[in-house]
Amino acid sequence: MMSTHCPECEALIEVNEEVQLGEILVCPDCGVDLEVTSLEPFTLELAPMEAEDWGE
Amino acid sequence: MNHRRLRIGVLYSRLRVEEKWIFAALEQRGVDYERLDDRFVHFDLDNPGPWLQYDAILERSISYARGLYALRVLNAWGIPTVNTAAVAEVCGDKLATSAALTRAGIPQPRTVVAFTAEAALEAIEQLGYPVVLKPVVGSWGRLLSKINDRDAAEAILEHKEVLGSYQHQIFYIQEYIEKPGRDIRAFVLGDRTVAAIYRKSEHWITNTARGGQGEVCPITSELEELCGRAAAAVGGGVLAIDILEHPERGLLVNEINHTMEFHTTVPTTGVDIPGMIVDYVLAVARQRVGVLA
Repeated sequence: MMSTHCPECEALIEVNEEVQLGEILVCPDCGVDLEVTSLEPFTLELAPMEAEDWGE
Repeated sequence: MNHRRLRIGVLYSRLRVEEKWIFAALEQRGVDYERLDDRFVHFDLDNPGPWLQYDAILERSISYARGLYALRVLNAWGIPTVNTAAVAEVCGDKLATSAALTRAGIPQPRTVVAFTAEAALEAIEQLGYPVVLKPVVGSWGRLLSKINDRDAAEAILEHKEVLGSYQHQIFYIQEYIEKPGRDIRAFVLGDRTVAAIYRKSEHWITNTARGGQGEVCPITSELEELCGRAAAAVGGGVLAIDILEHPERGLLVNEINHTMEFHTTVPTTGVDIPGMIVDYVLAVARQRVGVLA
């Protein structure tokens, strides 16, 4: 297990070792989208906001 | 003969479940590949060197603009991509898609385009209510408006004219289709329709990004033939075709997606779409499938 705190609300966020760089997690407390920006050390930053040209 | 091991680049923005599955499929096949985050790449037009190591690039950008511009440069350098810039250009713009379908004589909802709110209102009145107003660039069902009467038309058109960017003043207006609480999403790779689902919703917007539920849709010969023609009309490749069932006119092609999501289709149908995409990209890399004219 790895853990860090939500940069928005400081909630403790724990993940297993399978988490990948670039993955988006949702903070269970405040619901904000977080991006895994580093695995060593395990770091989360606010994910980019959805833009108008995003999609499939 | 070139016996060098193939090297694939995957341009992406966000590690969605689709990208995880694609990376897993590449790893299962032992493919030499690189993850290229579109936030950190750059293209020096006079110096393609760093990019020429790739035999093909799979474009999975979540941003239409980034994906399209990257493809334009890569294709200008002669690097094969899935999909091509030409295909992205047509599929990423609803009006360009409609025009390509018109050229190929493929059935689609009635579509009208106008460039001012005044002309759009006149077109809407002629088409008859309800109508659907869509941004020409956009996805996931964002900013679609179903307009039921003149009051709503005037309000939406004024808002789009005042609040929107110039692209929102290309008024793309479609007849509203009374569909049976669902639409069809079909996946085409090359000339094969490999999977299809119904997207069911109580809401008139059936995108799974907006809560639509997936259910297996049989690939009838009619559906397969239409999908093949629609894919060819936009240039072909790896595509997801959205189809509406009109009560009298039958199947109508609504949209074509070139960087499609499939997190609903894979568990619903059991079809290994990420594996098939990887195999298609490998065939392109080996130049067994030509993508660049």
